[in-house]
Amino acid sequence: MLHIVACIKQVPDTKIIKMNPKTNTMDRASAPAILNPYDAHAVEEAVRLKQRYGGTVSVLTMGPPPAVKAIRKCIEIGADEGYMISDRAFAGADTLATSYALTKALNKIAKERPIDLIICGKMTIDGDTGQVGPGIARRLDIPPLTSVKKIVEIDKEKGIAILHRKLEDGYEVVSSTMPCLFSVEKDINEVPYSTMPNMLRAARYNPHIWSVNDLEDVDKAQLGLKGSPTIVSSVWAPQKPQGGQMLDGKAADQVSQLLGIMLEKKELFQVKGESTS
Amino acid sequence: MSFEDYRGVWVFMEVKDGAIVPVAKELLGAGRQLADKRKTELAGVLIGDGVSALAEEAIYYGADQVYVYDAPIFKHYRTETYMRALLACTEKYKPEIILYGATSTGKDLASAVATDLPTGLTADTTQLDVEEDTGLLLASRPAFGGNIMATILCKKYRPQMATVRPKVVRALPRDASRIGTITRESIELREEDVRTKVLEIVRQTVQRVRIDEADIIVAGGKGLGSPAGFQLIHEFADVIGAAVGASRDVVEAGWIGHHHQVGQTGVTVTPKIYFAIGISGAIQHIVGMQNSGLIIAINKDPGALIFQSCHYGIVGDAFEIVPMLIEQFKHALGKESSYARKV
Repeated sequence: MLHIVACIKQVPDTKIIKMNPKTNTMDRASAPAILNPYDAHAVEEAVRLKQRYGGTVSVLTMGPPPAVKAIRKCIEIGADEGYMISDRAFAGADTLATSYALTKALNKIAKERPIDLIICGKMTIDGDTGQVGPGIARRLDIPPLTSVKKIVEIDKEKGIAILHRKLEDGYEVVSSTMPCLFSVEKDINEVPYSTMPNMLRAARYNPHIWSVNDLEDVDKAQLGLKGSPTIVSSVWAPQKPQGGQMLDGKAADQVSQLLGIMLEKKELFQVKGESTS
Repeated sequence: MSFEDYRGVWVFMEVKDGAIVPVAKELLGAGRQLADKRKTELAGVLIGDGVSALAEEAIYYGADQVYVYDAPIFKHYRTETYMRALLACTEKYKPEIILYGATSTGKDLASAVATDLPTGLTADTTQLDVEEDTGLLLASRPAFGGNIMATILCKKYRPQMATVRPKVVRALPRDASRIGTITRESIELREEDVRTKVLEIVRQTVQRVRIDEADIIVAGGKGLGSPAGFQLIHEFADVIGAAVGASRDVVEAGWIGHHHQVGQTGVTVTPKIYFAIGISGAIQHIVGMQNSGLIIAINKDPGALIFQSCHYGIVGDAFEIVPMLIEQFKHALGKESSYARKV
């Protein structure tokens, strides 16, 4: 029986977030909070492994109280248990402080039920770093395996996992001792529509919520903004582009204008090292 | 930790298929500027099996110093082994800055090293600068889906680290007359103590032209309506010998694979010509293609943001314009065979 923990995050949907052009800040109210899309694949993969090998899927998140919604979404996908660490002390954490807090929570979860495997999404769409997964693995001193696109086999008895890691032009087959941590690619699976029983369970589900004082052996100096080595010193709007020259007229005119421009710029087609003919 | 003990700018020299990857050379170019500003040394850290011969290449591209870990245990990239080497090297020589390409290997390694040191790590940087007197690295990157740019600092720890996107900084021209020092390093690592093994590497047929290396890219967006409509992009790309790019929407809808995605969460591209067809021009797409040589946008919506980021724009229906372009190009390319060969 496996115990798999998926680490997840609730994020603003950056695709539709609006910016306040005057203050250069994000209007968070303009974007709905969603389960980080990459994390849905992490949870789905954990659920699939549970179906294959039996066991329990837990999800863990750090966030403000409304992040319970993201945990419920994971229950819909098929997770069994949800854990959330929520405290002002965690606020403003960068990736290093985040991996520290999550590791403390994982230690507490593992006390109740030892963990065989941790699965994270490739990255979050608000932070875009992909650094928290490997950070957790280093803190727990277990192998971090990033870019995982397929899990071939989990052999708990032998303590070996075999998986595919995506490369730029293919993949590599890797074996790792267990426990270990996977950061999974989006194409590892497709997240199906939730089943009705899962949806009903999710609607009523209340996760375990821990504050900083519920965690053991915590050095508070390593938490939140205080514990974050990186700071954002300034934000600015990306340079506004000047806008291009529009080609007017009927479609045929537009096309011939464009063709003319491109033929003029024939040197752009020049292959390196070849002289202009 | 006394900051005075930390000197020098380092670049992780990622190697793939027996060659230094392009982004590592680019980072030597950027690192050279940072090191000169700080009046300090630029070093490359080269890890692998049979990589010693590449050390001189790092010098030709700007390094003053190359630390080389060359041993069979480093044959394949593994977080554990590479991390041990880099941590040992960092402890021994104490650099003030370490830069990595934001490739899957670079990001994997940097994340692990940052946790162990510990220090701050800025991901996917697109602009780099350093404060001359304090040595503070100014690492800027698009944040929140490219909606804003943010400058990230690491004031309390050394070394400062960042992963840097490919193709955002320039490599120096290769200069084989440059001279530098090559230092061989080693660490005690036994294969039986390493917890991961690479069992096999499977190379899959790559798409005809990789978008990050293509001179011409034809990219399509949601405006093409359907996977069937998106075929027009493939057809056009075929005719002009271009690679196919796509917006995030299209990739998420499953019309085309992830490795075609251009933008903040996809690939950054700098082709000579970039066609954006039926792409609205969300900021997260723009940040991935804005440095292309010539950007041509075709979109039905005259208010589409893409028109602000293009060099030439056509307001019109892609299904009317593109087939005409295909015909015209076929005609033009057919007439001028030398031209066709180059395209």
